[in-house]
Amino acid sequence: MNMINNDTICAIGTRTGESAIGIVRLSGNDAIKISEKIFISNNGKPIKEMASYTMAYGYVIDERKEIVDQVIISVMKSPKSYTREDIVEINCHGGIIATKKVMNLCISNGARLSDPGEFTRRAFINGRIDLTQAEAVIEIIRAKTEQSLKIAANNIKGNIKNKLENQRKELLEILIELEASIDFIEEDLEIAPYEDLEKRVQIVYKEIKELVNDEKKGELVKNGIKVAIVGKPNVGKSSLLNAISKKEKAIVTHIPGTTRDAIEEIIYLEGIPVIFIDTAGIRKAKNLIEKIGVKNSLRFIEEAEIPVIVIDASAPLDKYDEEILIKVNLNKAIICFNKIDIANVINKNDFKKKFGENIIVEISAKKGIGIKELEGKIIKKMGSENDFDIQDKIIINIRHKRILVEVISCLKNSIKAMKNKMSEEFPSADLKLAYNLIGEITGESATDEIINGIFEKFCIGK
Amino acid sequence: MKIDAFDVIVIGAGHAGCEASLACARLGFKTLVLTINLDKVALMPCNPAIGGVGKTQLVLELDAMGGQMGKTANEAAIQVRMLNRSKGPAVRALRAQIDKKGYESAMKRTLENTENLTLRQGTVDRILVDNGRIQGVSIESGVTFYSESVIVAAGTFLRGRIILGSSEYHAGRMGEYPSMYLTDSILKAGLVMDRFQTATPPRIDKRTIDFSKMAVQPGEDIPASFSFWNSDKIFPNIPSYLTYTNDKTHELIRNNISLSPIKSGMVTTHGPRHCPSIDRKVINYENKSRHPVFIEPEGKYSNESYLQGLTTSMPAFFQQLIVNTVVGLENARIMRPGYAVEYDYLLPNQLKHSLECKTVANLFFAGQVNGTSGYEEAAAQGFIAGVNTALKLSGKEPLILKRSNSYIGVLIDDLINKELSEPYRMYTSRSEYRLSLRPENADLRLSFFGYSAGLLKEEQYSKVLDKNLQIENLLHDLSKKVINANDETNKYLAKLGSSPVENSTTIYKLLQRPEIKFSALVKTFPDILGISISDSKVLEQVETYIKYKGYIDRELIGIKKLENVENIAIDINFDYFKINGITFEAREKLSRIKPETLGQASRIAGISPADISILMVAIKQG
Ligand SMILES: Nc1nc2c(ncn2[C@@H]2O[C@H](COP(=O)(O)OP(=O)(O)OP(=O)(O)O)[C@@H](O)[C@H]2O)c(=O)[nH]1
Ligand SMILES: [Mg+2]
Repeated sequence: MNMINNDTICAIGTRTGESAIGIVRLSGNDAIKISEKIFISNNGKPIKEMASYTMAYGYVIDERKEIVDQVIISVMKSPKSYTREDIVEINCHGGIIATKKVMNLCISNGARLSDPGEFTRRAFINGRIDLTQAEAVIEIIRAKTEQSLKIAANNIKGNIKNKLENQRKELLEILIELEASIDFIEEDLEIAPYEDLEKRVQIVYKEIKELVNDEKKGELVKNGIKVAIVGKPNVGKSSLLNAISKKEKAIVTHIPGTTRDAIEEIIYLEGIPVIFIDTAGIRKAKNLIEKIGVKNSLRFIEEAEIPVIVIDASAPLDKYDEEILIKVNLNKAIICFNKIDIANVINKNDFKKKFGENIIVEISAKKGIGIKELEGKIIKKMGSENDFDIQDKIIINIRHKRILVEVISCLKNSIKAMKNKMSEEFPSADLKLAYNLIGEITGESATDEIINGIFEKFCIGK
Repeated sequence: MKIDAFDVIVIGAGHAGCEASLACARLGFKTLVLTINLDKVALMPCNPAIGGVGKTQLVLELDAMGGQMGKTANEAAIQVRMLNRSKGPAVRALRAQIDKKGYESAMKRTLENTENLTLRQGTVDRILVDNGRIQGVSIESGVTFYSESVIVAAGTFLRGRIILGSSEYHAGRMGEYPSMYLTDSILKAGLVMDRFQTATPPRIDKRTIDFSKMAVQPGEDIPASFSFWNSDKIFPNIPSYLTYTNDKTHELIRNNISLSPIKSGMVTTHGPRHCPSIDRKVINYENKSRHPVFIEPEGKYSNESYLQGLTTSMPAFFQQLIVNTVVGLENARIMRPGYAVEYDYLLPNQLKHSLECKTVANLFFAGQVNGTSGYEEAAAQGFIAGVNTALKLSGKEPLILKRSNSYIGVLIDDLINKELSEPYRMYTSRSEYRLSLRPENADLRLSFFGYSAGLLKEEQYSKVLDKNLQIENLLHDLSKKVINANDETNKYLAKLGSSPVENSTTIYKLLQRPEIKFSALVKTFPDILGISISDSKVLEQVETYIKYKGYIDRELIGIKKLENVENIAIDINFDYFKINGITFEAREKLSRIKPETLGQASRIAGISPADISILMVAIKQG
């Protein structure tokens, strides 16, 4: 629980009316110290010497001294700041990706990702804002938190969540053994040998480490941005997935209705994991299986942050295309005219007038034309500051990863304790922490699980 | 008819009632203890033992603040053992077999000789409440006693119902009258109660046991004490014995399981999972071929022997058959059968952390009547209720222990925030700060509270301060004292299987190595240390601190975080339905539990961090 602390917190914020500038905001005792570590000022003046409410141009650099972004730093010193603590704002220019990198640098230099509403809470507690102001802000945060929680829960469905749940269960099992040996020493229980327990912790440690390190394999990143490829049958959706992922994963045939189950592929666009989902073509289904496929496609349209609608440009628009266009939220969507290598019979200008220039791309999935342009459009959408969904999601990713890094360090400690033959309560201390931390991700927290587990597992009561 | 007026009336003279009344009387308040039977003061109706893992911590904490249990246990212990000896100091725990009669008479003597304390036999039928405040009680003979406050420590007596085989009858404990009317009066005051159940094994005649067929389980002849204010001593050592049930036992029970009150439906309420009956064990663990049976002495001068592990409320004749299947008990004779007792308990979430009722002023509840199990748990609550009654009557702030400073804090916080599904028992795993809340530092953690309340004398408290100072000085010295990297040193280290030092190093650093023991080091290098430490307890503390500093520091960080929210108080009349933005479920829960601090609110199941943020804003508004 990170309630009121004076440790230094950071978060990505945006300032209304100034799109394309992401702000990393730090507040707390070490705000200046931390930003000092990653910022090189153009005029060479250290941040701590800057006057309150002044700005400085410069660069943010990473551990390897490479430039991450060109930024403007502004400093507001305690107590005359929003939170009444030292605040440093780093205004980034490189869009969401650079902003994210800057925030990560702050975190690796000792800041903590803020809890929802923590800036406001600090401001309020330190007497900076009054109740009505605070309430208004908290209402917004509240709404946003619930939204994020929903997203978080949706995101970690599937593989990663299963894996974490399993690891958590295993930690519980291990804790049950350790705790039983402490609190029920008078019972003659058959506790698993210490070495076995150590081995089991090792396995959990390895698996979680893999989850964190193996981003490329697409484990952790199951919670990336979802892009659903939708459209009526045979327009080239599967071909597009193959083109964009440079794999031949989806089956392509000339028969309409080929794809029945959705296929996912993860591609990194500027370091952000993006999940492309090839869906079944939407039409009046001929049988049950297809019906299910179509139903799922409609669900994907709902769930995806970015639906990509594929339209066959070599044939005239028909009522199925139009139905899909109606179903999709065009504020979020991108429209692809495919098969432009053969013919282009659709009047694009009509479309452009209707839906705006920005959301239309002409491509040939087969020949690989326009794919880069499509990617560019997706990146632009991800960087758009109005899209809270996407920004939250990126932050949630970081939060999860950060928790898992902490879990790993706890597991490491407990392995060390077990190796050194320290008694059960020592490894247990770290394992409990790890266990609770994983619960923060999977959304489970139950108080008496260990004690209940002991009673379930062992015959207690001599 | 107003015949007598007291400051405090304590209902019950069990472990909670004794501590509660002693605390009040010692703090100068005129205290009346009413008990159903004056011959049963501080009775141990179940196992003849005090202490054990988690429980010793409670006894020592109580003792550190001026409670009685530890001192009386020292008088009556007839065998002690150190549990978890191979583990770290935080989970090591003394456990003692107790001479039951000795304990009772020592405690009764203490009560009888305490100024301001009146012991009287009487069954309380009614609590008198007027205008949301307690006024006194009346007993079965019609006499009314008036008082400023009342502490209910009625144990299992409220509508107690004993189950033994197919018979059942009302009783507080076997052979004792129940308290049949008090519950109604408590309900009338607007409080809610529920029922729990607990059970005890048969006692057998020592002379009929064949000890030659069993393993002897002697105690340890180690200097020990349950009290910081008594010096360590070697206790008597009357052994326990260990035998096992067998296939015959299990078959007998299985074939006659219909006789078990669990099966017959005579017992439906929840009992404690930590002491299931033998019938339940046989049902639940079909594959276990034997269960241990410990034979524990009930007293110095008694032949009664307690059969730990054979708890049951099957019919008495059948209990005899069960007992005789066990090796060494073939000819054993039951002196009194085991039985189950079902009783009313107060849902403890109606209490504040001071153990005062949220809705009836100056009415306190403590002990088993709050849904706990165990003498130590009861005594701890009795003490807190007693001290807080006294503090309230003096117009002072209550003594609220925290999760971060004591197991007693954990106990009370859990009682108030958790939904109990069985009688609550302390385990060390219930504490988030187990490595810091060690038995041997209870005095350092808590004696301040006993001293401020007025229960510890000046010289007692200064003894603790002195110990604390010694610890700090020694820690400081050790980080300065350097040991040279010569042959002598390295030979010594090699002998202990420790790696040699290349440069001169501080003793502090050396002690960080797990294999280096302080006591041995002091012996080998008396000159280098150049410090004379008379108190081995100081050495222990210092060694623990140095060896486990990393762990202890991490707990401290957790404690600091917790304390920030713990210090934000919430008004008891706070209207949760007035605040927007938190879920209906959360509002309802908060309104019911009425947390006293924001920290407590955050521990209530179903309350999210977002709820807490909003709540914090609303609280600050006042
Ligand atoms: N000429 C040309 N043909 C294409 C292009 N993209 C796809 N096709 C062809 O269109 C046909 C259908 O392609 P798919 O990718 O299977 O189409 P789909 O939308 O996945 O179809 P369903 O899964 O049946 O809904 C195949 O024969 C492809 O070779 C393109 O850009 N140009
Ligand atoms: Mg397809």
